[in-house]
Amino acid sequence: MFGYPGGAILPAYDALPEYTSVKHVLVRHEQGAAHMADGYARASGRVGVCMATSGPGATNLVTGIATAMMDSSPVLCITGQVPSHAIGTDAFQETDVTGVMLPITKHSYLVTKTDEIATTLKEALYIAQSGRPAPVLVDIAKDAQQGSCEYQWDDSPVRLPGYRPDLRALPEEFERAVELINAAKKPVILAGHGVLMSGASQVLLDFVEKTRIPVAMTLLGLSGFPASHPLSLGMMGMHGESWVNTAIQEADLLLAFGMRFDDRVIGNPKTYALKAKKIHVEIDPSEINKNIPVDVGIVGDLRETLQVLLPGVERRDRSEWHAHISELKGDSAVRDILHLPDSGHLYAAHVINDLWRYTEGKALVVTDVGQHQMWETQYYKHDYPRKLITSGGLGTMGFALPAAIGAKMAMPDEEVWVIAGDGGFQMTAAELSTCVQENLKIHVAIINNGYLGLVRQWQEFFYGGRYSASPMQNPDFVKLADAHGIAGLRVERRDQIEETVRRAREQSGTVVIDFRVEKEDTVYPMVPAGADLHAMIRRPVPVKK
Amino acid sequence: MSIPHTFVVYVEDKPGVLNRVVSLFRRRGFNIESLSVGHTDRSGVSRMTIVMEAEESAARLVEANLYKLVNVLRVEELTDGDAVLRDLALIKVRADTERRAQVLQVVKVFRARVVDVVTDALIVEITGGEDKIDGLVDVLRPFGIIEMARTGTIAMKRGAEAPSIQPHFVHARVPEVPANRAPEDDLPSEERSPH
Repeated sequence: MFGYPGGAILPAYDALPEYTSVKHVLVRHEQGAAHMADGYARASGRVGVCMATSGPGATNLVTGIATAMMDSSPVLCITGQVPSHAIGTDAFQETDVTGVMLPITKHSYLVTKTDEIATTLKEALYIAQSGRPAPVLVDIAKDAQQGSCEYQWDDSPVRLPGYRPDLRALPEEFERAVELINAAKKPVILAGHGVLMSGASQVLLDFVEKTRIPVAMTLLGLSGFPASHPLSLGMMGMHGESWVNTAIQEADLLLAFGMRFDDRVIGNPKTYALKAKKIHVEIDPSEINKNIPVDVGIVGDLRETLQVLLPGVERRDRSEWHAHISELKGDSAVRDILHLPDSGHLYAAHVINDLWRYTEGKALVVTDVGQHQMWETQYYKHDYPRKLITSGGLGTMGFALPAAIGAKMAMPDEEVWVIAGDGGFQMTAAELSTCVQENLKIHVAIINNGYLGLVRQWQEFFYGGRYSASPMQNPDFVKLADAHGIAGLRVERRDQIEETVRRAREQSGTVVIDFRVEKEDTVYPMVPAGADLHAMIRRPVPVKK
Repeated sequence: MSIPHTFVVYVEDKPGVLNRVVSLFRRRGFNIESLSVGHTDRSGVSRMTIVMEAEESAARLVEANLYKLVNVLRVEELTDGDAVLRDLALIKVRADTERRAQVLQVVKVFRARVVDVVTDALIVEITGGEDKIDGLVDVLRPFGIIEMARTGTIAMKRGAEAPSIQPHFVHARVPEVPANRAPEDDLPSEERSPH
């Protein structure tokens, strides 16, 4: 449980020490508590819990809860509320928290009676993790916390008359899907977050080995299918590699597995994959036909659905289609920044690629939002599930460090790396103190270019190079680490990376590495927002000096 | 093609449910033409009739999103014509002694009734489809409408059939209820507390 005490939640905090099985982590800002609970949930698949007081404590959670909502992360959010008789009077630290949280939670409760607390928490936990996972809020009035009641644990299953997380697809939809899959010549699988959340990685691999259908991943789908697999295409969408997006545009069948055709994935919906029939497997019925109309919609858990589909789909060779996709790569390799000669400049892509090599691709990486996040998707190849945690839907800067704390608490044996930009890191940098207080070992790599890099890139491309409010004057991150009593290291040249990573891994506690990278570097390729998916701005061919 | 869709939404009678339903329409940018809420014959269950103008695809999205609300029990769409749709309106209209007879004549033609009379005005009550009420309003307007209140549409499917306990989902079905449990068990009843 990640939280921060305050007046209206003090009765709950007062009782907390009696329950030694509950581990509480004191955060430095409630936003951090919500991100930590989210990171905990994403790393482990279990519900993460955050707790805060009424008013400002609760409103500080909002960004973190909205982040978890957009990325379907199961978070239980407990807030204190002013005493029930004071609700509605604009009392000190009163906010209509259930009202504020309404659009960013799956469900919310206001509890004003002591004997309703236990059943409500049980329902909330059930709702948060069943069906499509999401945050659930329980706002508890202070007098309800202070009251006492007879309590008997009820271990019967939760039954809510209007809540149907157990929907199943119509049998004829399975038949139509199998027919389409067996008839397809140029199919592509679009693997999303659902692969990870339903634990479908293994059955997806079996499905791909049998059907030989190549796999493109969404940002949140990364690590659901091994990046080193020959049929892994990589990430699709705005910063996906050109051959991935071109393959999608040329496909005759798209198999959307646990993804939601986000606008960053489809570009212009009017020109998206017009030649393709589409099969959408999704646990949330309201996502089917929302952004892209599909031919077959299969509602249900992805793992179970793939298990049903697997016996019916035919073994295929598809080498012609694979060869065509290889051709699409064309001169991409030449354009790749990895093939730039070492000119003494430190490129973020080099840093991330080297981190991948030196951690043998096994680290649990938590990224922030921006250029470094996109480079991470391109240059850190994840082969194991739940090894990349990132804010996709909401794109929340400041997410990485607190989410990494949550992930490390959930998975203490994992080597956890934060990859953050200098801007995003500073938004929640105070949580370094939490790392120290909890004695956690987290590697914090700051990709420091002195700019809000992705903002600067958009300004360069679309706003005539007017860098309005994107240059950033930063503190000395090494000294900042020092002030926290942890190691701070700095890298300015590529040949320093290996030694620095080695030293960082040797540290017993959290370590901050300030990577002073090229200031005006660009993420390629790029599909401008709302443009056709095949209309990419590609990397320029490097000029050899 | 954008046409009026009429949804009947059965919800648990709990605080904030109306807010959740309305917020969904606001959040997804759907426009409510009319909304009316009231009790049903079953305690703990309220019934909303929501009319919205929308394309078919948007109507399906609204339905799917309504089902995502934990307190929504069932959504029925009554757009295909085999339903009774009714509004009720109270219209306060000017009617001095000189013109009262004319107003009463109109009221009679529309099978409306007068529920309050003072020297210079009448309150007319009318139930019926939207068109009928609009028609009466048009005819009364020249006399001078002082005030008007309308309930918004309520709707009910024709025939003897009860609303389905197993809701129909696009692309999905509800797993069958185990034989040892009647489907009715799932709906709140007087015997069971709200939690």
